[in-house]
This record gives sequence, structure tokens and C-alpha cells, in this order.
Amino acid sequence: MDKVIVAKDLTLAYNEDEVIIKEASFSVDSGSFVFITGASGSGKSTLLKSLYGALDSKSGSLIVGGVELDKISSKKLDFLRRHIGIVFQDYKLVKEWTIEKNVMLPLIISGYAKDVSGMQVQKLLSHVKLNHQAGKYPLELSGGEQQRVAMARALAHNPILILADEPTGNLDDYSSQVIWNLLEGANNQLKTTIVVVTHHIPESLTIKYKHYHIEYGVVYEVS
Amino acid sequence: MKSLRNHFSLILALFAVLLSIQVFNIIERTIAAYEKNLQDNYSIVIVSKTALDLKFLKRSDTIIADITEISPAKVLEKVKKDFKQKNLDQIRSSLPKFYTMKLTKYPSSFELSDLERSLRKISSITKIEDFSKSHDSVHKLLTLFKSVISFLGFIIVAVTALLILKEMRLWQFQHQERMNIMALFGAPIWLRSAVLFRLAIVDAILASILVLVTFFIIDKNGTIETELDLLNINITLFNYVNDFFFLLGVSLATSIILATFIVLGHKEEV
Ligand SMILES: Nc1ncnc2c1ncn2[C@@H]1O[C@H](COP(=O)(O)OP(=O)(O)OP(=O)(O)O)[C@@H](O)[C@H]1O
Ligand SMILES: [Mg+2]
Repeated sequence: MDKVIVAKDLTLAYNEDEVIIKEASFSVDSGSFVFITGASGSGKSTLLKSLYGALDSKSGSLIVGGVELDKISSKKLDFLRRHIGIVFQDYKLVKEWTIEKNVMLPLIISGYAKDVSGMQVQKLLSHVKLNHQAGKYPLELSGGEQQRVAMARALAHNPILILADEPTGNLDDYSSQVIWNLLEGANNQLKTTIVVVTHHIPESLTIKYKHYHIEYGVVYEVS
Repeated sequence: MKSLRNHFSLILALFAVLLSIQVFNIIERTIAAYEKNLQDNYSIVIVSKTALDLKFLKRSDTIIADITEISPAKVLEKVKKDFKQKNLDQIRSSLPKFYTMKLTKYPSSFELSDLERSLRKISSITKIEDFSKSHDSVHKLLTLFKSVISFLGFIIVAVTALLILKEMRLWQFQHQERMNIMALFGAPIWLRSAVLFRLAIVDAILASILVLVTFFIIDKNGTIETELDLLNINITLFNYVNDFFFLLGVSLATSIILATFIVLGHKEEV
């Protein structure tokens, strides 16, 4: 099976004296569903950052979508990112844009026609139960609503890989279930590879998944 | 609302730069027109024992534009009745030749003394009257005026450039977040910075139009032109085509260069 992510002895750090991830080796199969857990501050978000090329490795190698991220040109990185959907822990919505435009962002970047992307955005907003909020601005929404907007945006361009950082962190059980259903659906129907950082792996999940845990900078598989 | 205020201050800063450039232009034009006036009225009188050849003179100093012989006929006419024709011919042939000399430009005092030195080398020339005393005071005043204006212009441009840079840094801060998010979704650099450039271009155009309107009002009002007319100076304060496009070019170049700095100085945060 193809691998979407291959990490070998990957070491991550923000500065010289504090290593966050130590020589991690793991891989993610194409079309698989992966959970990453770990205590707060263990380095989950840091690991995700390296996966979308926002944090260079200190040593070791990391291949995402077939390209070595260490040597990647900015043009290639842009191209790669256009095929990844990210849900950030802090959402990262554009404050001065409406919800509708925020969700449309990946489609604008990929150059979709306006009517096509308009329809896609309507569909996604109704999936996350926010179609009545389309014209509002992010700061007019609750934290949980913003999180669902971020989820819709990550799905908008049918990416081959979704990286989601605690996508249900701010949601009640019902809304959390909506998110899990969406991720499961994308994985099932579009064979999207999904990597989710979470504190609770949902019990409702019907599909097979892999589970990595981070502790003291070590990434290991939980079986 | 906040972004509107930002817009406004950039436009204002650009407007100040453009206005000082145009004022500088006008002063250059005024001085040039004034020098032209002076030059038209300025000539040197030289006296020579023999006839002078213009080509030869030009070789000795390139500032020389033309010479005209002052005909002695009138002088001779007056003394005619006192002399016999034969004597008259004699006087005529022994009389030195008078010339007025026109120059290609209004000379500085250095150029004037250079010219005098080269003319003195020509043995037939016996006298040179360059009116240098009156010449000097007028010209010195003009050059002083010019340097004061250049200095002031420099200060205005420097201060407003700092102002614009500060404005742009504010912009950078404001746009950084959006540009960052766009980058995380793989937007190429031109798309990320498109908004910034669009704003820069719009503001540059608006600032130029503001200058145009300002000069339209000044033109309609007419006081400055009347004052210049009194000095016998006829210049266009603002050429609605040439000056406008020149200022538009300066304005666009300034804002686009600054926007480029912002884009290049943008770093992705970790
Ligand atoms: N930009 C940064 N610069 C320096 N250190 C950082 C930076 N971001 C995170 N860290 C440090 O890296 C460590 C891991 O942070 P990270 O955000 O990856 O944790 P996490 O596992 O995602 O935690 P949480 O569950 O609370 O989100 C923390 O000790 C944090 O202080
Ligand atoms: Mg985190």
C-alpha cells in the first residue's frame, strides 16, 4: 500500500536545548485513519506542524505525499499544501472574511469557478449545520461554531490528506458526532487519509484505525 | 473602519510626497523661466581692433551663442558735417569694432570669468564689458533660493518616506495573519499578496488624483499665476497630462516598492 507519510528518526525542536519529538519513526498508509494522542504539551501540534511543512526537522527525514520536506522548494510546498486540509487547534480563520469566504479559501486558491465553489461551500456549511451563519464573520461565532467552520474549510477542496488538531475540542457530544461522521465519510467515500489529534478516540467509530501516542517526546504505536 | 483610516493615512502620506515633488517642479520651472528672462536681456559688449569671426570665437568658449556687430554708422552720421568725406573714410577704417555677444545660457560667475579669460587671449580684443557686478547679485540670489528649496524638499521627502514606511509596517501587521493562513493552504505568493498590491495601487491612484484636484483648484483660483505674471514669468503650474502621469508613476512606483518590501519581509510564523 502507498504511504502518504513516512517519518524516519524525525527529531523536532523549536530551539537547541529542548527537543519536543525525539527520533520518531512511523508511517501513514494512504486512505488510512490515524489518531494521535498525548498529554497537553507533549508535542502533538508540533508534530502536525512538521507534517504540513511549517516546522523544519532538526534531524531525520520526513516524506509527505512522496516529497522530502527537508529539501522542498516553496513552490512545491505550496503545491503539496493545496492537497492537504488542515484543522488548526486555534482555527486560524480570516477575521475580515465572512464564514462563506473562509470556507471557500482552498477553492479560491485552487482556482475553482465561482459557481462550483459556491455550491460546494453551501453543501459543507449545511453538513456542519452552519448554513444560516454563512454571511457572518468569525468573531461573531462561538468557539465551537468557528471550529466547525474550520472543519468545513479543511474538507472543501477534497484533499488527499486531512490533518486535524483536536477538531472536537470545543464541541458538545452532538456536534462532535457530526465532525466524526464527516471525517469517517471522507475516509470511506473519498479514501481521504486522515490524521487526527485528539484526547478522546470516539467509541462510535466503525472503521479500522491506527493509534499513535506521544510521551516524553517518543512517538509509539498503541495497539 | 480601522482599515479605512489606514487607507487614508497612506493616501495622505503619498499626497504629501507628490505635492512636494510638484512644488519642487514648479520652482525649477520658475527659476528656469527667470534665467531665460535674464539670458534674453543679458549680453556682453566687446571691443576689437579687427573683425571677429563667430566660428573662431565659439571654438575658444562654447558658451558663446552669437555676436552682432554694433554698426558705427550712426556715430559717424553725427560727426559727418564736421569732416570731409576722405577724413570720414579714414576715421571709419581706424575705428575699432563693437560687438554685443549673446550666450547660450545665463552664465554662473565661474563661467563668466572663464569666458573673460579666453576672450583676453585673443589679441585683437581690447575691451570686455560683462556687467558682472549686477550679474552676480541676481544670480547668487537665485542659486541660494534653489539650494534652500532643495534642502526643504529633501527633508519633506525624507519625513514622509518614514511616515509611509511606518504606515506600511502597520499594514504588514494587519495583513500578516491572512497571508499566513493563505500560505498554510498553499496559496502562491502572488495570490497571498494580491490584496496588499491592490490596496497599494488604489491608494497610489487616489493620491495622484488628489494632487490633480488640488492643482485644478489652484489654477481656478489663479492668485499664484497672477503673482508670477507680475514677475514676467509664464509657466504652467500643473500640466494635466505630463505632470499627472509623472506623479502617478512616482506614486505607483513608491507604493508598489513598499508593498514588495512587505511581501518579501513576510515570514511564516511557526
Ligand atoms: N512556537 C513555539 N515556540 C517555542 N516552543 C513552542 C512553540 N509551540 C509549542 N512550543 C512548545 O512545544 C511543546 C509542545 O507543544 P505542542 O503545542 O506541540 O503541544 P500539544 O501536544 O499540542 O499540547 P495541547 O494538547 O495542549 O495542544 C510545549 O512545551 C510548548 O511549550
Ligand atoms: Mg496542540
